[in-house]
Amino acid sequence: MAHPLDKVAIAGIGSTEFSKNSGRSEMQLAAECVKAALDDAGLTPADVDGMVTFTIDNNEDVALVRNLGVKELSYSSRIPHGGGGSGGSIVHAAGAIAAGLADTVVVWRAMNERSEYRFGQATNPGAVAPGGGATGMEWAVPWGAATPACWQSMFSHRYMTEYGVTNEDLAHISVLMRKHAVNNPNAFGYQSPITIDDHQNSRWIIEPVLRLLDCCQESDGGQAFVLTSLERARDLQQAPVRITAGAQSVPYPIDAITNFYQDDFTDMLSTIGMAKQLYERSGVGPADIQVAMLYDHFSPIILQHLEGWGFCAKGEAMDFVKDGHCELDGSLPVNPNGGLIGEAYIHGLNSAAEGVRQIRGTAINQIANVEHVAFSSGMTGLIFGHG
Amino acid sequence: MGGEKVSEAMSELRPAPWITRDSSFFWEAAKRCELVAQRCTDCGKLRQPPRPMCPFCNSVEREEQMLSGQGTVYTWVMPRYPAIPGFEDGRIVVVINLAEGIRMVSNLCDIAYEDVTREMSVEVFFEEVQDGFKIPLFRPASA
Repeated sequence: MAHPLDKVAIAGIGSTEFSKNSGRSEMQLAAECVKAALDDAGLTPADVDGMVTFTIDNNEDVALVRNLGVKELSYSSRIPHGGGGSGGSIVHAAGAIAAGLADTVVVWRAMNERSEYRFGQATNPGAVAPGGGATGMEWAVPWGAATPACWQSMFSHRYMTEYGVTNEDLAHISVLMRKHAVNNPNAFGYQSPITIDDHQNSRWIIEPVLRLLDCCQESDGGQAFVLTSLERARDLQQAPVRITAGAQSVPYPIDAITNFYQDDFTDMLSTIGMAKQLYERSGVGPADIQVAMLYDHFSPIILQHLEGWGFCAKGEAMDFVKDGHCELDGSLPVNPNGGLIGEAYIHGLNSAAEGVRQIRGTAINQIANVEHVAFSSGMTGLIFGHG
Repeated sequence: MGGEKVSEAMSELRPAPWITRDSSFFWEAAKRCELVAQRCTDCGKLRQPPRPMCPFCNSVEREEQMLSGQGTVYTWVMPRYPAIPGFEDGRIVVVINLAEGIRMVSNLCDIAYEDVTREMSVEVFFEEVQDGFKIPLFRPASA
Protein backbone atom coordinates (compact mmCIF):
# COMPACT_ATOMS: atom_id res chain seq x y z
CA MET A 1 0.00 0.00 0.00
CA ALA A 2 1.45 3.36 -0.98
CA HIS A 3 0.37 6.71 0.33
CA PRO A 4 -0.24 9.31 -2.42
CA LEU A 5 2.66 11.43 -1.10
CA ASP A 6 5.24 8.66 -0.89
CA LYS A 7 7.02 9.62 -4.12
CA VAL A 8 7.88 12.97 -2.55
CA ALA A 9 10.91 13.62 -0.36
CA ILE A 10 12.46 16.19 1.91
CA ALA A 11 15.77 17.02 0.23
CA GLY A 12 17.00 19.80 2.49
CA ILE A 13 16.57 21.34 5.93
CA GLY A 14 17.94 24.62 7.22
CA SER A 15 17.50 26.96 10.14
CA THR A 16 18.82 30.08 11.74
CA GLU A 17 20.10 29.97 15.30
CA PHE A 18 17.32 29.75 17.90
CA SER A 19 17.40 32.65 20.36
CA LYS A 20 15.43 35.00 22.58
CA ASN A 21 16.39 38.01 20.47
CA SER A 22 17.46 37.46 16.87
CA GLY A 23 18.42 41.10 16.34
CA ARG A 24 17.09 41.09 12.78
CA SER A 25 13.79 41.12 10.91
CA GLU A 26 11.50 38.15 10.45
CA MET A 27 12.03 38.61 6.70
CA GLN A 28 15.75 38.13 7.15
CA LEU A 29 15.17 35.03 9.29
CA ALA A 30 12.90 33.58 6.57
CA ALA A 31 15.39 34.29 3.79
CA GLU A 32 18.31 32.89 5.79
CA CYS A 33 16.62 29.64 6.78
CA VAL A 34 15.31 28.96 3.26
CA LYS A 35 18.76 29.65 1.78
CA ALA A 36 20.28 27.29 4.36
CA ALA A 37 17.80 24.55 3.41
CA LEU A 38 18.57 25.02 -0.30
CA ASP A 39 22.31 24.86 0.43
CA ASP A 40 21.74 21.68 2.41
CA ALA A 41 19.94 20.12 -0.58
CA GLY A 42 22.50 21.34 -3.09
CA LEU A 43 19.89 23.50 -4.84
CA THR A 44 19.64 27.23 -5.52
CA PRO A 45 16.76 29.75 -5.38
CA ALA A 46 16.50 29.39 -9.17
CA ASP A 47 15.24 25.84 -8.59
CA VAL A 48 12.34 26.94 -6.34
CA ASP A 49 8.87 27.13 -7.84
CA GLY A 50 6.66 26.69 -4.77
CA MET A 51 6.36 28.19 -1.30
CA VAL A 52 4.32 27.20 1.75
CA THR A 53 4.07 28.68 5.23
CA PHE A 54 1.58 29.26 8.04
CA THR A 55 -1.30 31.73 7.66
CA ILE A 56 0.11 33.61 10.65
CA ASP A 57 3.68 33.89 9.36
CA ASN A 58 4.29 37.62 8.89
CA ASN A 59 6.41 37.22 5.75
CA GLU A 60 4.85 37.37 2.30
CA ASP A 61 6.06 34.82 -0.22
CA VAL A 62 6.48 37.53 -2.87
CA ALA A 63 8.85 39.33 -0.52
CA LEU A 64 10.79 36.13 0.02
CA VAL A 65 10.96 35.76 -3.77
CA ARG A 66 12.52 39.22 -4.00
CA ASN A 67 15.09 38.40 -1.33
CA LEU A 68 16.11 35.04 -2.72
CA GLY A 69 15.87 35.89 -6.40
CA VAL A 70 13.41 33.08 -7.12
CA LYS A 71 12.59 33.18 -10.85
CA GLU A 72 8.93 32.13 -10.99
CA LEU A 73 6.52 30.74 -8.43
CA SER A 74 3.95 28.30 -9.74
CA TYR A 75 2.52 27.39 -6.32
CA SER A 76 1.81 29.26 -3.08
CA SER A 77 -0.08 27.96 -0.08
CA ARG A 78 -0.62 28.72 3.58
CA ILE A 79 -2.06 26.54 6.29
CA PRO A 80 -4.21 27.67 9.25
CA HIS A 81 -4.57 26.02 12.71
CA GLY A 82 -1.56 27.80 14.27
CA GLY A 83 1.07 25.32 15.43
CA GLY A 84 -1.47 22.54 14.93
CA GLY A 85 -0.94 23.13 11.23
CA SER A 86 2.85 22.93 11.27
CA GLY A 87 2.91 19.41 9.85
CA GLY A 88 0.34 20.51 7.31
CA SER A 89 2.76 22.99 5.79
CA ILE A 90 4.92 20.05 4.71
CA VAL A 91 1.84 18.10 3.62
CA HIS A 92 0.75 21.00 1.38
CA ALA A 93 4.20 21.17 -0.21
CA ALA A 94 4.27 17.43 -0.81
CA GLY A 95 0.76 17.50 -2.23
CA ALA A 96 1.70 20.17 -4.76
CA ILE A 97 4.65 18.09 -5.94
CA ALA A 98 2.61 14.86 -6.10
CA ALA A 99 -0.01 16.68 -8.16
CA GLY A 100 2.58 18.06 -10.56
CA LEU A 101 1.86 21.68 -9.67
CA ALA A 102 5.46 22.40 -8.65
CA ASP A 103 8.84 20.67 -8.70
CA THR A 104 10.73 22.24 -5.79
CA VAL A 105 8.75 23.65 -2.88
CA VAL A 106 10.18 25.41 0.15
CA VAL A 107 8.39 25.44 3.50
CA TRP A 108 9.30 27.96 6.17
CA ARG A 109 8.29 29.42 9.51
CA ALA A 110 10.22 32.48 10.69
CA MET A 111 9.34 34.57 13.70
CA ASN A 112 10.56 36.88 16.40
CA GLU A 113 8.07 35.31 18.77
CA ARG A 114 10.08 36.28 21.84
CA SER A 115 11.65 39.63 21.05
CA GLU A 116 8.80 41.29 19.07
CA TYR A 117 5.63 39.66 20.42
CA ARG A 118 4.86 36.75 22.70
CA PHE A 119 2.14 34.16 22.24
CA GLY A 120 2.32 33.65 26.01
CA GLN A 121 1.05 37.14 26.82
CA ALA A 122 -2.65 37.89 27.08
CA THR A 123 -4.66 38.18 23.90
CA ASN A 124 -6.42 41.51 23.56
CA PRO A 125 -10.12 41.18 22.82
CA GLY A 126 -10.85 42.19 19.26
CA ALA A 127 -7.19 42.29 18.28
CA VAL A 128 -6.95 38.83 16.77
CA ALA A 129 -6.58 38.67 13.02
CA PRO A 130 -8.31 35.82 11.19
CA GLY A 131 -6.18 32.93 10.03
CA GLY A 132 -4.73 31.83 13.34
CA GLY A 133 -6.98 28.82 13.42
CA ALA A 134 -8.77 29.61 16.67
CA THR A 135 -12.31 30.93 16.47
CA GLY A 136 -13.30 30.65 20.10
CA MET A 137 -11.29 33.48 21.63
CA GLU A 138 -14.23 35.88 21.90
CA TRP A 139 -15.95 33.22 24.05
CA ALA A 140 -12.98 32.77 26.40
CA VAL A 141 -11.01 36.04 26.68
CA PRO A 142 -13.86 38.01 28.39
CA TRP A 143 -13.55 35.60 31.33
CA GLY A 144 -9.81 36.10 31.69
CA ALA A 145 -8.94 32.93 29.77
CA ALA A 146 -6.58 34.77 27.48
CA THR A 147 -3.43 32.75 26.79
CA PRO A 148 -2.58 29.51 25.00
CA ALA A 149 -1.38 28.15 28.36
CA CYS A 150 -4.81 28.79 29.87
CA TRP A 151 -6.76 27.32 26.96
CA GLN A 152 -4.58 24.21 26.86
CA SER A 153 -4.87 23.78 30.63
CA MET A 154 -8.68 23.94 30.52
CA PHE A 155 -8.58 21.08 28.01
CA SER A 156 -5.88 19.05 29.77
CA HIS A 157 -7.26 19.36 33.30
CA ARG A 158 -10.27 17.23 32.41
CA TYR A 159 -7.90 14.47 31.25
CA MET A 160 -5.84 14.88 34.42
CA THR A 161 -8.85 14.58 36.73
CA GLU A 162 -10.10 11.61 34.72
CA TYR A 163 -6.87 9.64 35.02
CA GLY A 164 -5.39 10.99 38.25
CA VAL A 165 -2.47 12.81 36.61
CA THR A 166 -0.97 15.64 38.69
CA ASN A 167 1.42 18.45 37.88
CA GLU A 168 4.11 16.53 39.75
CA ASP A 169 3.57 13.68 37.27
CA LEU A 170 3.94 16.11 34.37
CA ALA A 171 7.35 17.08 35.77
CA HIS A 172 8.64 13.77 34.39
CA ILE A 173 7.87 14.98 30.87
CA SER A 174 9.68 18.31 31.26
CA VAL A 175 12.66 16.66 32.95
CA LEU A 176 12.89 14.20 30.06
CA MET A 177 12.70 16.90 27.37
CA ARG A 178 15.42 18.91 29.12
CA LYS A 179 17.51 15.74 29.51
CA HIS A 180 17.35 15.16 25.76
CA ALA A 181 18.39 18.77 25.12
CA VAL A 182 21.47 18.62 27.33
CA ASN A 183 23.96 17.80 24.57
CA ASN A 184 22.15 19.67 21.77
CA PRO A 185 24.10 22.91 21.18
CA ASN A 186 21.12 24.42 19.30
CA ALA A 187 18.87 23.97 22.35
CA PHE A 188 17.99 26.42 25.11
CA GLY A 189 18.37 23.44 27.38
CA TYR A 190 21.98 22.83 26.29
CA GLN A 191 24.01 21.72 29.29
CA SER A 192 21.21 22.70 31.66
CA PRO A 193 19.18 19.72 32.82
CA ILE A 194 16.41 20.19 35.39
CA THR A 195 15.20 18.04 38.26
CA ILE A 196 11.72 17.21 39.50
CA ASP A 197 12.37 19.67 42.34
CA ASP A 198 13.35 22.42 39.90
CA HIS A 199 10.07 21.80 38.11
CA GLN A 200 8.03 21.78 41.30
CA ASN A 201 9.71 24.97 42.48
CA SER A 202 9.00 26.86 39.26
CA ARG A 203 6.08 29.26 39.51
CA TRP A 204 2.56 28.44 38.53
CA ILE A 205 1.43 29.68 35.14
CA ILE A 206 -1.99 27.99 35.21
CA GLU A 207 -2.80 26.15 38.44
CA PRO A 208 -3.05 23.14 38.80
CA VAL A 209 -1.86 22.18 35.32
CA LEU A 210 1.16 24.19 34.15
CA ARG A 211 4.22 25.54 35.90
CA LEU A 212 6.80 27.62 34.07
CA LEU A 213 8.86 24.52 33.29
CA ASP A 214 5.87 22.83 31.63
CA CYS A 215 5.90 25.48 28.90
CA CYS A 216 7.85 25.58 25.65
CA GLN A 217 10.59 28.11 24.97
CA GLU A 218 9.26 31.27 23.40
CA SER A 219 11.78 31.78 20.62
CA ASP A 220 13.11 33.82 17.73
CA GLY A 221 14.28 31.92 14.67
CA GLY A 222 13.49 30.37 11.34
CA GLN A 223 13.21 26.79 10.13
CA ALA A 224 12.88 25.69 6.50
CA PHE A 225 12.55 22.58 4.35
CA VAL A 226 13.02 21.84 0.66
CA LEU A 227 10.78 19.22 -0.92
CA THR A 228 11.00 17.68 -4.37
CA SER A 229 10.20 14.36 -6.03
CA LEU A 230 11.83 11.33 -4.45
CA GLU A 231 13.35 10.46 -7.82
CA ARG A 232 15.04 13.85 -8.10
CA ALA A 233 16.01 13.92 -4.42
CA ARG A 234 18.00 10.73 -4.91
CA ASP A 235 20.38 12.66 -7.20
CA LEU A 236 20.86 15.51 -4.72
CA GLN A 237 23.28 16.11 -1.87
CA GLN A 238 21.49 14.49 1.07
CA ALA A 239 19.93 11.10 1.64
CA PRO A 240 16.26 11.74 0.79
CA VAL A 241 13.64 11.51 3.52
CA ARG A 242 10.47 10.03 2.13
CA ILE A 243 7.02 11.41 2.93
CA THR A 244 5.70 7.98 3.85
CA ALA A 245 2.39 9.60 4.79
CA GLY A 246 0.91 13.00 5.56
CA ALA A 247 -2.53 14.02 6.83
CA GLN A 248 -4.79 16.58 8.44
CA SER A 249 -7.80 15.91 10.62
CA VAL A 250 -10.04 18.69 11.86
CA PRO A 251 -13.18 16.93 13.15
CA TYR A 252 -16.34 18.84 14.05
CA PRO A 253 -16.49 20.85 16.29
CA ILE A 254 -12.87 21.30 17.26
CA ASP A 255 -10.73 24.40 17.23
CA ALA A 256 -6.97 24.88 17.14
CA ILE A 257 -6.66 25.74 20.82
CA THR A 258 -9.80 27.38 22.21
CA ASN A 259 -11.19 23.88 21.89
CA PHE A 260 -13.99 23.55 24.41
CA TYR A 261 -16.98 22.22 22.49
CA GLN A 262 -16.22 18.56 21.80
CA ASP A 263 -18.08 16.20 24.15
CA ASP A 264 -15.12 14.50 25.81
CA PHE A 265 -11.83 16.30 26.40
CA THR A 266 -10.02 13.04 27.19
CA ASP A 267 -9.91 12.22 23.47
CA MET A 268 -7.73 14.38 21.21
CA LEU A 269 -10.06 13.87 18.25
CA SER A 270 -7.83 15.59 15.70
CA THR A 271 -4.81 13.43 16.46
CA ILE A 272 -6.89 10.26 16.54
CA GLY A 273 -8.34 11.12 13.12
CA MET A 274 -4.98 12.13 11.68
CA ALA A 275 -3.20 8.98 12.87
CA LYS A 276 -6.00 6.82 11.49
CA GLN A 277 -5.58 8.42 8.06
CA LEU A 278 -1.79 8.09 8.18
CA TYR A 279 -1.87 4.44 9.14
CA GLU A 280 -4.66 3.38 6.81
CA ARG A 281 -3.19 5.07 3.75
CA SER A 282 0.42 3.99 4.27
CA GLY A 283 0.17 0.53 5.80
CA VAL A 284 2.57 1.68 8.51
CA GLY A 285 1.40 1.13 12.08
CA PRO A 286 2.49 2.39 15.49
CA ALA A 287 4.80 -0.62 15.96
CA ASP A 288 6.69 0.38 12.78
CA ILE A 289 7.66 3.78 14.21
CA GLN A 290 10.93 4.12 16.13
CA VAL A 291 10.97 7.85 17.02
CA ALA A 292 8.07 10.20 17.82
CA MET A 293 8.38 13.97 17.39
CA LEU A 294 5.40 15.29 19.36
CA TYR A 295 4.34 18.96 19.45
CA ASP A 296 5.04 19.81 23.09
CA HIS A 297 4.03 23.45 23.45
CA PHE A 298 2.92 22.36 26.93
CA SER A 299 3.88 19.15 28.71
CA PRO A 300 0.46 17.46 29.15
CA ILE A 301 -0.26 17.44 25.43
CA ILE A 302 2.44 14.78 25.04
CA LEU A 303 0.07 12.36 26.79
CA GLN A 304 -2.73 12.85 24.31
CA HIS A 305 -0.38 12.64 21.32
CA LEU A 306 0.89 9.27 22.60
CA GLU A 307 -2.64 7.97 22.98
CA GLY A 308 -3.95 9.51 19.77
CA TRP A 309 -1.26 7.76 17.74
CA GLY A 310 -1.94 4.47 19.54
CA PHE A 311 1.54 4.26 21.05
CA CYS A 312 -0.15 3.31 24.32
CA ALA A 313 -3.70 2.70 25.50
CA LYS A 314 -6.04 5.51 26.53
CA GLY A 315 -5.35 6.75 30.04
CA GLU A 316 -1.97 5.02 30.23
CA ALA A 317 0.32 7.63 28.70
CA MET A 318 1.59 9.05 32.00
CA ASP A 319 2.70 5.60 33.11
CA PHE A 320 4.17 5.02 29.62
CA VAL A 321 6.41 8.07 30.12
CA LYS A 322 7.26 7.31 33.75
CA ASP A 323 8.15 3.72 32.85
CA GLY A 324 10.90 5.02 30.55
CA HIS A 325 9.44 4.22 27.13
CA CYS A 326 10.14 7.74 25.84
CA GLU A 327 13.80 7.83 26.90
CA LEU A 328 16.53 7.69 24.24
CA ASP A 329 16.99 3.98 24.99
CA GLY A 330 13.26 3.33 25.47
CA SER A 331 10.80 1.58 23.17
CA LEU A 332 9.67 4.90 21.63
CA PRO A 333 12.11 7.80 22.08
CA VAL A 334 10.14 11.09 22.10
CA ASN A 335 11.74 14.34 20.93
CA PRO A 336 15.41 13.28 21.08
CA ASN A 337 16.46 16.92 20.43
CA GLY A 338 14.54 18.16 23.47
CA GLY A 339 11.42 19.20 21.55
CA LEU A 340 9.73 22.55 21.93
CA ILE A 341 10.27 22.48 25.72
CA GLY A 342 13.98 21.65 25.54
CA GLU A 343 15.22 22.91 22.17
CA ALA A 344 13.18 25.89 20.92
CA TYR A 345 9.70 26.84 19.73
CA ILE A 346 9.79 27.50 16.00
CA HIS A 347 6.08 26.75 15.96
CA GLY A 348 6.74 23.01 15.66
CA LEU A 349 8.88 22.93 12.54
CA ASN A 350 12.17 22.53 14.44
CA SER A 351 10.76 19.23 15.70
CA ALA A 352 10.00 18.17 12.12
CA ALA A 353 13.62 18.94 11.23
CA GLU A 354 14.80 16.64 14.01
CA GLY A 355 12.59 13.93 12.47
CA VAL A 356 14.45 14.40 9.18
CA ARG A 357 17.82 14.10 10.93
CA GLN A 358 16.73 10.91 12.69
CA ILE A 359 15.95 9.31 9.30
CA ARG A 360 19.20 10.60 7.80
CA GLY A 361 21.16 9.27 10.76
CA THR A 362 22.70 12.66 11.55
CA ALA A 363 20.99 13.64 14.82
CA ILE A 364 22.91 14.61 17.95
CA ASN A 365 21.03 11.96 19.90
CA GLN A 366 20.79 9.51 17.04
CA ILE A 367 18.50 6.55 17.67
CA ALA A 368 19.70 3.28 16.15
CA ASN A 369 17.89 1.59 13.26
CA VAL A 370 15.24 4.23 12.61
CA GLU A 371 12.89 3.16 9.82
CA HIS A 372 10.03 5.56 10.46
CA VAL A 373 9.56 8.78 12.41
CA ALA A 374 6.19 10.18 13.46
CA PHE A 375 5.80 13.97 13.44
CA SER A 376 2.64 15.08 15.21
CA SER A 377 1.44 18.65 15.47
CA GLY A 378 -1.98 17.53 16.65
CA MET A 379 -4.25 18.41 13.74
CA THR A 380 -1.67 17.64 11.08
CA GLY A 381 1.25 15.25 10.90
CA LEU A 382 3.45 12.98 8.88
CA ILE A 383 5.34 9.76 8.88
CA PHE A 384 8.88 10.06 7.51
CA GLY A 385 10.76 7.12 6.03
CA HIS A 386 13.83 6.27 3.99
CA GLY A 387 14.02 7.18 0.32
CA MET B 1 -5.18 50.55 52.62
CA GLY B 2 -8.45 48.69 52.38
CA GLY B 3 -10.24 51.71 50.97
CA GLU B 4 -7.60 52.18 48.31
CA LYS B 5 -7.93 48.59 47.27
CA VAL B 6 -11.70 48.86 46.92
CA SER B 7 -11.55 52.00 44.80
CA GLU B 8 -8.90 50.44 42.59
CA ALA B 9 -11.09 47.39 42.12
CA MET B 10 -14.10 49.53 41.28
CA SER B 11 -12.23 51.52 38.66
CA GLU B 12 -10.80 48.39 37.12
CA LEU B 13 -13.88 46.74 35.71
CA ARG B 14 -13.24 43.95 33.27
CA PRO B 15 -12.89 44.95 29.62
CA ALA B 16 -16.10 44.99 27.60
CA PRO B 17 -16.76 41.85 25.58
CA TRP B 18 -15.96 41.68 21.93
CA ILE B 19 -19.14 42.42 20.04
CA THR B 20 -19.67 41.04 16.54
CA ARG B 21 -22.70 40.98 14.26
CA ASP B 22 -23.18 37.30 15.16
CA SER B 23 -22.73 37.67 18.91
CA SER B 24 -24.39 40.96 19.84
CA PHE B 25 -27.74 39.35 20.81
CA PHE B 26 -25.97 37.37 23.56
CA TRP B 27 -24.43 40.48 25.09
CA GLU B 28 -27.61 42.55 24.75
CA ALA B 29 -29.48 39.82 26.66
CA ALA B 30 -26.72 39.77 29.27
CA LYS B 31 -27.32 43.49 29.88
CA ARG B 32 -30.83 42.42 30.99
CA CYS B 33 -29.27 39.67 33.17
CA GLU B 34 -30.58 36.99 30.82
CA LEU B 35 -28.50 34.04 29.69
CA VAL B 36 -29.57 33.09 26.18
CA ALA B 37 -28.44 30.84 23.35
CA GLN B 38 -29.30 30.56 19.70
CA ARG B 39 -32.00 28.09 18.74
CA CYS B 40 -32.58 27.01 15.17
CA THR B 41 -36.23 27.69 14.34
CA ASP B 42 -36.21 24.96 11.66
CA CYS B 43 -34.75 21.94 13.50
CA GLY B 44 -35.05 23.31 17.02
CA LYS B 45 -31.51 22.56 18.14
CA LEU B 46 -29.50 24.88 20.38
CA ARG B 47 -25.97 25.96 19.57
CA GLN B 48 -23.17 27.75 21.42
CA PRO B 49 -21.02 29.67 20.62
CA PRO B 50 -23.31 31.63 18.30
CA ARG B 51 -22.96 31.30 14.55
CA PRO B 52 -25.17 32.36 11.66
CA MET B 53 -25.95 28.86 10.27
CA CYS B 54 -27.28 25.78 12.04
CA PRO B 55 -24.65 23.02 11.72
CA PHE B 56 -27.36 20.35 11.99
CA CYS B 57 -29.78 21.46 9.24
CA ASN B 58 -28.03 24.46 7.63
CA SER B 59 -30.89 26.83 8.29
CA VAL B 60 -30.04 30.47 8.92
CA GLU B 61 -33.37 31.03 10.70
CA ARG B 62 -32.83 31.38 14.44
CA GLU B 63 -34.12 32.87 17.65
CA GLU B 64 -32.90 33.51 21.17
CA GLN B 65 -33.83 31.00 23.80
CA MET B 66 -33.65 31.90 27.46
CA LEU B 67 -31.60 29.35 29.38
CA SER B 68 -32.13 28.13 32.93
CA GLY B 69 -28.72 29.35 34.05
CA GLN B 70 -28.13 25.97 35.68
CA GLY B 71 -25.17 23.78 34.83
CA THR B 72 -22.29 21.66 36.04
CA VAL B 73 -18.52 22.13 36.08
CA TYR B 74 -16.78 20.17 33.34
CA THR B 75 -13.21 21.46 33.81
CA TRP B 76 -11.55 24.32 35.68
CA VAL B 77 -8.20 26.09 36.16
CA MET B 78 -6.81 29.11 38.01
CA PRO B 79 -4.66 31.36 35.77
CA ARG B 80 -1.65 32.78 37.64
CA TYR B 81 0.44 34.40 34.92
CA PRO B 82 0.39 36.81 33.23
CA ALA B 83 -1.68 39.35 35.15
CA ILE B 84 -4.45 40.80 32.97
CA PRO B 85 -5.80 44.30 33.64
CA GLY B 86 -9.34 44.15 35.01
CA PHE B 87 -9.10 40.52 36.11
CA GLU B 88 -8.37 39.43 39.67
CA ASP B 89 -5.58 36.99 40.38
CA GLY B 90 -7.11 33.80 41.69
CA ARG B 91 -10.14 33.86 39.39
CA ILE B 92 -11.31 30.38 38.49
CA VAL B 93 -11.91 29.73 34.79
CA VAL B 94 -14.45 27.00 34.11
CA VAL B 95 -16.05 25.19 31.22
CA ILE B 96 -19.71 24.72 32.13
CA ASN B 97 -22.01 22.02 30.82
CA LEU B 98 -25.27 23.95 30.74
CA ALA B 99 -28.46 22.08 31.63
CA GLU B 100 -29.71 22.58 28.06
CA GLY B 101 -26.82 20.50 26.65
CA ILE B 102 -24.49 23.23 25.41
CA ARG B 103 -21.15 24.50 26.68
CA MET B 104 -19.74 27.82 27.71
CA VAL B 105 -16.58 29.24 29.27
CA SER B 106 -17.08 31.36 32.36
CA ASN B 107 -15.75 32.00 35.86
CA LEU B 108 -16.74 30.21 39.03
CA CYS B 109 -17.08 32.64 41.94
CA ASP B 110 -17.97 32.55 45.65
CA ILE B 111 -16.00 29.35 46.25
CA ALA B 112 -12.47 28.46 47.29
CA TYR B 113 -10.46 26.91 44.51
CA GLU B 114 -9.76 23.82 46.63
CA ASP B 115 -13.48 23.16 46.93
CA VAL B 116 -14.22 22.96 43.20
CA THR B 117 -15.14 19.46 42.02
CA ARG B 118 -16.01 17.79 38.78
CA GLU B 119 -19.69 17.98 37.87
CA MET B 120 -20.57 20.27 40.79
CA SER B 121 -23.84 22.15 40.26
CA VAL B 122 -23.60 25.85 39.51
CA GLU B 123 -25.92 28.72 38.63
CA VAL B 124 -25.49 31.92 36.67
CA PHE B 125 -25.32 35.51 37.90
CA PHE B 126 -24.26 38.71 36.17
CA GLU B 127 -21.55 41.28 36.85
CA GLU B 128 -20.98 44.71 35.36
CA VAL B 129 -18.02 45.18 33.03
CA GLN B 130 -16.82 48.22 31.08
CA ASP B 131 -18.98 50.22 28.63
CA GLY B 132 -22.26 49.26 30.30
CA PHE B 133 -22.08 45.57 29.47
CA LYS B 134 -22.66 42.68 31.88
CA ILE B 135 -21.03 39.28 31.84
CA PRO B 136 -22.51 35.94 32.93
CA LEU B 137 -20.58 34.31 35.78
CA PHE B 138 -21.36 31.23 37.85
CA ARG B 139 -21.45 30.32 41.54
CA PRO B 140 -22.33 27.15 43.41
CA ALA B 141 -26.01 26.31 43.01
CA SER B 142 -28.10 27.58 45.91
CA ALA B 143 -30.25 24.46 46.24
